[in-house]
Amino acid sequence: MAQATFRIWRGDKNGGAFKDYMVETDQGMVVLDAVHRIQAEQANDLAVRWNCKAGKCGSCSAEINGMPRLMCMTRLDQLDLSMPVIVEPMHAFPSIRDLVTDVSWNFEVKKKIKKFKPRKPDAPDGTWRMQQADIDRVQEFRKCIECFLCQDVCHVLREHQKHDEFIGPRFLVYTAALEMNPLDTEDRVADLKERDGIGYCNITTCCRQVCPEHITITENAIIPLKERVVDQYFDPLKKLFRIFGA
Amino acid sequence: MASVDLVWKNGRFGQTSRRDTWWLEPLLVFLGLGAFVVYATWAAFQGNHYWHNQYLSPFYSPEIFGDSPHSLFGPKPAWWPAFMPFSPALLILWAPGLFRFTCYYYRGAYYKAFWADPPACAVSEPRNGYRGEKLLPLVLHNVHRYIFYAATIVWFFLLYDAFVAFRFPDGSLGVGVGTIVLWINVIFLGGYAFGCHCSRHLTGGFLDAITSSPVRHKLYNAVSWLNANHKKWAWASLFSVAFSDIYVRLCSMGIWSDWRIL
Ligand code: SF4
Ligand code: SF4
Ligand code: FES
Ligand code: FES
Repeated sequence: MAQATFRIWRGDKNGGAFKDYMVETDQGMVVLDAVHRIQAEQANDLAVRWNCKAGKCGSCSAEINGMPRLMCMTRLDQLDLSMPVIVEPMHAFPSIRDLVTDVSWNFEVKKKIKKFKPRKPDAPDGTWRMQQADIDRVQEFRKCIECFLCQDVCHVLREHQKHDEFIGPRFLVYTAALEMNPLDTEDRVADLKERDGIGYCNITTCCRQVCPEHITITENAIIPLKERVVDQYFDPLKKLFRIFGA
Repeated sequence: MASVDLVWKNGRFGQTSRRDTWWLEPLLVFLGLGAFVVYATWAAFQGNHYWHNQYLSPFYSPEIFGDSPHSLFGPKPAWWPAFMPFSPALLILWAPGLFRFTCYYYRGAYYKAFWADPPACAVSEPRNGYRGEKLLPLVLHNVHRYIFYAATIVWFFLLYDAFVAFRFPDGSLGVGVGTIVLWINVIFLGGYAFGCHCSRHLTGGFLDAITSSPVRHKLYNAVSWLNANHKKWAWASLFSVAFSDIYVRLCSMGIWSDWRIL
């Protein structure tokens, strides 16, 4: 196959610049292959994080021609190779070096979310019973590979840097998986409204559009959670019913 | 937790490495919604040519007060202040109007197209400050479920109108092009309104164990099915409702004539 130019961001937290690399491409290659070829042949010090090359570990997140994507799942034949292919690290996280960013903020956020707290076991042997249809909703969310591409594209983090006030789509999905679990007894709605800043999401669906696991983040996780927040805080009729019903 | 320290901050408005036509979708939304709002406002203030024989324009239904035979309580009331413009549409159009304005889908779409917040995914914004829907004024969008109730009531009137559209002025039953136009409209509007995210929540989404009530579970699945294509229903019904008004209006003005099929 032909040659292609890759315009890769090189630098660290103090700044950096794009550098062009010409690579020989082969059929079936993905962007991660090209980056590895550049690393092997032209830039041994090029930093890139990866593990599975199968779209399952969520390590190789980057921005390819401006869109957050997994490098290992972006085939070169999906790209216009007549122009340089721009490869940048994720913008919403601090740079470590080149294509590698520090995503540890995400792990700190996750620790704060109330853990799964199941009801008492249904059977004497300590097991539970539930319907598959009740858990289907949650299973969609459990496909998440924690690539953090949704966090990267979300303008609340990327553009407005509300990392202190907003947990981002990945953790709204995580909270939804716990909150909608039929066995769970914990209540996370107050946290969602205040600490987690769900109101910052303006449902512009970018997270859903970049998710490599095709999780319907906005419509199946975030909006249903927003509706639960409305139930508790913004629905006077419901409140009245609760007062008189209780 | 200390704020993260980013290399890419405060990009220029429109700054992006995207190479695709990212501006096309917000532009189409801007033109589509903009044209609709302009037309609907104009049509609502006309106060005439909103009915033709058995057809009533959806912008004017239910006609609480008005001069057409479709009016529920007769002509414009005497107590209506003289300085206020009167049109039967102004009494009811707030419900479907606010319904679309507070709809989750439209919100996401017009924040992009009209407010560039963001202009498109991974494209820089014109403003640094951001309140989202957490604070005033946009936190008010949380009233959407109440407007859903109001819009549902209006929808049942449109359904009634669609049945009335079978009865021709001579008393015979039949189908005209207008009957079909009003039926397509009421179906599209139904698909849009009942597929609303609030409807999904209220029919079962609020529960963790939906199967505990089989009827509710079926209803929830039906609403979820509509909801999966909420955006398409939203656009289809936007066009159908505007076209229904145009159709009735042009027939009433004598520019088009309604063709009786059956
Ligand atoms: S839909 Fe909400 S969470 Fe997702 S990218 Fe947009 S603002 Fe962020
Ligand atoms: S929700 Fe999707 S985009 Fe977000 S971290 Fe999980 S897999 Fe990645
Ligand atoms: S290397 Fe594992 S997802 Fe790309
Ligand atoms: S969410 Fe679109 S109409 Fe309610």
